[in-house]
Amino acid sequence: MTDIILAGLGQTDVGEHWDIGLRELAFTAIEAALNDAGRLKPQAMYVGNMLAPNLSRQAHLGALLTDFAGLTGIEAVTVEAAGASGGAALRQGYLAVKSGLVDVALVVGVEKMTDQVGAGVEEALATAADSDYESVQGLTPTAQAALLMQRYMYEYNVPADGFAGFALTAHANGAGNPHAMFRKAIKLETYQKAEPMSAPINMFDAAPPADGAAALVLTRRDLLPADWPHPLVRIAASATASDTLALHDRKDPLFFEAAYLATGRAIKQAGITLDQIDFFEYHDSFSIYAAMSLESSGFAIRGHGWKMAADGRIARDGNLPCATFGGLKARGFPGGATGVYQAVEAALQLRGQAGKCQVTDPRYGMIQSLGGPASTAVVHILEKI
Amino acid sequence: MEIPRHWRLKKQRYALVGEVCPHCDAKIFPPRDVCPECKGEAKEPFAFSGKGEIYSYTTIYEAPSGYDSNAPYTVALVKLNEGPMVTAQLTDVDAAHLQIGMPVEMVTRKMRDDGDERGMIVYGYKFRPAGLIPTS
Repeated sequence: MTDIILAGLGQTDVGEHWDIGLRELAFTAIEAALNDAGRLKPQAMYVGNMLAPNLSRQAHLGALLTDFAGLTGIEAVTVEAAGASGGAALRQGYLAVKSGLVDVALVVGVEKMTDQVGAGVEEALATAADSDYESVQGLTPTAQAALLMQRYMYEYNVPADGFAGFALTAHANGAGNPHAMFRKAIKLETYQKAEPMSAPINMFDAAPPADGAAALVLTRRDLLPADWPHPLVRIAASATASDTLALHDRKDPLFFEAAYLATGRAIKQAGITLDQIDFFEYHDSFSIYAAMSLESSGFAIRGHGWKMAADGRIARDGNLPCATFGGLKARGFPGGATGVYQAVEAALQLRGQAGKCQVTDPRYGMIQSLGGPASTAVVHILEKI
Repeated sequence: MEIPRHWRLKKQRYALVGEVCPHCDAKIFPPRDVCPECKGEAKEPFAFSGKGEIYSYTTIYEAPSGYDSNAPYTVALVKLNEGPMVTAQLTDVDAAHLQIGMPVEMVTRKMRDDGDERGMIVYGYKFRPAGLIPTS
């Protein structure tokens, strides 16, 4: 079987880009990725985006971005799965190149979340939930996560600052990432004194909505030029799964079934065991989701995911480094671009180009992209070869 | 706002009408036509009692458009006595007195308006602590 290589990596700074539009932001990442890939010529573009039709009143990003990037004529579509859009776009790129129908694919994640603030953004984000039965009740994604965190803390007797380790780890790692929105470590007291949002979620339990774009060039190993300059990173596994859209329709709301299924499929596909994963980029849109992701993916037993953060096991020198570039919490949460950022970051780790964020000599990195409360989960395992 | 969309959901919104599975007797809300328990076809209407208990709750301060004039407000996952869970706002209660497991009952309340005094108002179910003495 031919290996699918992450041949080009590009990303913009994550933050409030009031001076840069959607198309320019995406183009910056596309150019960076194409340059990194030695100007390989893409035949298809898969765009991961969640909110442009809502917040930028702009749909049809495939045509917009190929046009703006001077790539008119190639195949181009948007892939949407809420916060998992980036991971879902990567999977489409992978399938296209793996099938042999496309030789070189561009995967672009782009999101502009800060042109609007307040009620408009909350309304847009709420479109990812069940409109008829959740959003109509005024439910927001933050409140949805708070409902889970409240119940989790009740069932497992978690102390009030039990989830602090996720924010501490994220910010400590974000400090070394030049593209991160927040590049400053925080102290436990900062977490303990943080303003509540929807209790028990406070400001440090929730990732900040941000603007950003990231891009990948995928191709088959045999199509790379002989003088290829980068260490080779391949997609060892690509898997995805769905769960009920509405939280209330789940028999066991404290377990991310889709994360469990997608991780299981990916591990099987890669032909490895979970303990061979050297680092894990989880989807910490909320600290409770990071904890549940660790449990549902099999890294922790039920009710113990938060302890992995509290005990330092997810720190850069821990046994499973997580959020190595700051995660969604400190790098920032650029909606549907997030999954592509995760892939860029994991590939940098495996190439040994992660700078101050570098973990020691990794071979396998797992990335997990979640839509809503894991109503969609997309898992990729990347391997240095 | 989309009038037909809210109109066609009136049985669910005003009377908590879901379905009962003719094959395995599971009670289903919201109606979904395929039984989540046995995957058989389930289209038999079933009116829920509106009684249940709080599975979890939280308070929203940063509300979406159409809801921001009501903020802060409290939402809960309510486990209905017949089995299913629903997402709903809580009303007629001080959030400080809420706890997981508290019995609640359905009431009909205003959900949102479109900000226009001649515009549509959406009504639907909320839940309040069960057994409250009605105020005059």
